[in-house]
Amino acid sequence: MTVTATPQSPASERKPGAGYWLKKNLFRTRLDSVISVVFGALSVYLLVRVFLFVFVNGRWEIIRVNLKLLLVGRWPSEEMTVLAVAIIVMGLWGGVIAGLIAGRQRLAGTSTAAGMNAAERVSDLVRRFGLIFATILLLLLLTSTAGPWLTMLLALVAALVGYWLGRVAGLRKWGALANWVGVLLLAGIPIGVFLYTTAATPLAEWEGFFFNLTSAAAGIILSFPIGVVLALSRRSKLPLLKSASIAYIEVVRGSPLFVLLLLANVSLEFFVPAALAPSKVVRAIVTFTIFSAAYVAEIVRGGLQSVPNGQSEAAKALGLSAYKQTSLIVLPQALRNVIPAQIGQFIALFKDTTLAGVALGILDLLNGAGAITQQPDFRGQGLIIEALVFVAFLFWVGSFTMSRESQRLERKLGVGTR
Amino acid sequence: MTAPPTTKAPVPEARTPFYRNVKVLAWAFQVTVFFVVLAFLLWLWSNYLTNTANSGIPTNFDFLSNPASFAIPGAEFDSNESVRNAYVIGLMNTIRISIVGIILATILGTLIGIGRLSKNWIVRKLSTVYVEAIRNTPLLVIMTFTFLGVVLQVMPTIEEAWNLGFIIVSNRGIGVPWYSEVSGAALFAVVALAFVGWWAVAKWRHGVSERTGELARVGLYGGLTFLLIWIVGWWLIGPTFTLPMIDGRQLEGGIRIDPSYFSVLIALVIYTASQIAEIVRGSIQAVPVGQGEAASALALSGFQRMSLIVLPQAMRIAIPPLGNQYLNLIKNSSLGAAFAYFELTNVTQITVGNGSPAVPAFFLALVFYVALSFITSAFVNLANRRFKLVER
Repeated sequence: MTVTATPQSPASERKPGAGYWLKKNLFRTRLDSVISVVFGALSVYLLVRVFLFVFVNGRWEIIRVNLKLLLVGRWPSEEMTVLAVAIIVMGLWGGVIAGLIAGRQRLAGTSTAAGMNAAERVSDLVRRFGLIFATILLLLLLTSTAGPWLTMLLALVAALVGYWLGRVAGLRKWGALANWVGVLLLAGIPIGVFLYTTAATPLAEWEGFFFNLTSAAAGIILSFPIGVVLALSRRSKLPLLKSASIAYIEVVRGSPLFVLLLLANVSLEFFVPAALAPSKVVRAIVTFTIFSAAYVAEIVRGGLQSVPNGQSEAAKALGLSAYKQTSLIVLPQALRNVIPAQIGQFIALFKDTTLAGVALGILDLLNGAGAITQQPDFRGQGLIIEALVFVAFLFWVGSFTMSRESQRLERKLGVGTR
Repeated sequence: MTAPPTTKAPVPEARTPFYRNVKVLAWAFQVTVFFVVLAFLLWLWSNYLTNTANSGIPTNFDFLSNPASFAIPGAEFDSNESVRNAYVIGLMNTIRISIVGIILATILGTLIGIGRLSKNWIVRKLSTVYVEAIRNTPLLVIMTFTFLGVVLQVMPTIEEAWNLGFIIVSNRGIGVPWYSEVSGAALFAVVALAFVGWWAVAKWRHGVSERTGELARVGLYGGLTFLLIWIVGWWLIGPTFTLPMIDGRQLEGGIRIDPSYFSVLIALVIYTASQIAEIVRGSIQAVPVGQGEAASALALSGFQRMSLIVLPQAMRIAIPPLGNQYLNLIKNSSLGAAFAYFELTNVTQITVGNGSPAVPAFFLALVFYVALSFITSAFVNLANRRFKLVER
């Protein structure tokens, strides 16, 4: 391929008027005009239909009444404060991490926000996460009590405080000991929150959208170390490890998650001593972990391949042991490159958690949506469309925001361009 | 892992003791890991054997010969036939929906992928909205929507079916015209012969094109040959068509497309097309811009530029990820079990519900799925090798 500099044509520098825009984008040729008119009419029709459905015809009463059931299932009402505390603490935690990253980026001079003023920063945040804020606001508007409002307000305050703390901490250089304490603290908070929450409501009773979110997170976190080990084994020169990990990865990638979940539903109790018979939620998480470990392994393998050979050769030349070559030189670079693909895998798993609802009979968001249309008040009115649109919307907001963030990160990391 | 550079100068006869020999250590390490994993698997296996023995559940595959004791609508299968035959029908239905789904999803996905790069603003925006909306929604939600929302709600009951004369739409199924009174094998042979004819004519036209520089026009000549052989062949065997009709509460004549099949297929196609569209778009963008510009400079039309210059090169890039999507579609067809489509998973689920042992039954289903995946990847690899750029 020859590289030629194409000079910007002078025509594009002229400020084109609306007529020019229309001609260029809609009516270039006769065929183009026909297509524009047909599809234009179709889009207007669809827009009107969607508008009418959302604001006029849609009977959203069913969602408003069942909001709690859809979001957290049959979580006991008296334990709602536990959930509120968990959300606030996790808000603080998320804020600290965001602040730490921002501070570190500032130190390293890679921050994208450095050149922005306050207004630009806010608009950047709104562009990136506005959909999620808007959705939370919408859900809050559908509630009838003050509790959720208070929780989210406190979570927001906690996140801001956490951001400030994290930024202050991130801007300073710390000793090795302080670093380790910090890492352990950050890793310990989610575990602590998890233990605190399960003490109030056992894992087996986690339902609704809460189940979809937490089980996807658990699946991806638990599968990550397994995936890294599998990827390293697959790349190693040790024949036994290599063939075992290839067999695992290929067999799991060849089997449908739905069948694995059905299998787990009827037979996981056969494979462990009778006393350990796992609950449905645990079965789902175990299956998610087994399943996504194979995909994570392939992602990490891609990351390992993206690290130039010279890196490990240089490490070898410095006399580092095989373990140190991998853990200090190759893996950090590889894992940094796989973050976007990891987010993609998380999105896939997040969407696939709906399968657990059907396969295991967990009252997740989708199953809950089916269940509420069978309530005596709403039965037989064809409300399934409203319920499904709500479900699809929640999943869509989460997946869309995450996929855009992952694309942004990909551009920032320059994966594949260097 | 290669041995680290050892300093050989001081004592020549000092040999590395085995506990410091990297090769020995590596083997010791992997044998240890291997046995730990093996021990874990054996533990699971022994638990399985004890637990099944305690509950009196068989662990062999004898259940395959038992009567299935369930019926499969739309197939010549009654409940006295063996579970084995039920599996065969389930597998066939999985393959049927996968092949049709792959073809339709590829067509739709390619169109939308090209649409995302269209110069027409409306087409571009509509394609983008489609891709972003569908790609970020769970497939199961879409499938529930096509089944509960569209098929069971929008489609009319059989009494009020939409009768277009040759197509009848109702929630009992969609009736379309179909041939009758001839064997499927003969018709298949004619179609296969027509394809061979197309292939031969294409080869001949390519030869002519290379010798004389004339346009090959494979699509025109090949298509005409195909149609000719098809029409003559069909006229010779003489099948008759029957139109679908409503007989009481049943659809008669033609062929009935099952509502489950229809909704599962539509959802699979809609979802996979959104993924394929992104692959097609990425591959087209990966083709150097100069290629398209050169085609324009040679005065090729927009269609020719796309079909002769850009798409063939883009397909080369697109084949591996497309193959992944085909694998996903085959695996996702297992969701049909949740909507009463009698494919492999559904058959397995029902036979387990009827008392077949769960672990062997699902194991068999998994073996089929893994085998299907391997066969599909083999085809994809074959295509990849065939289309790969031949380099020095």
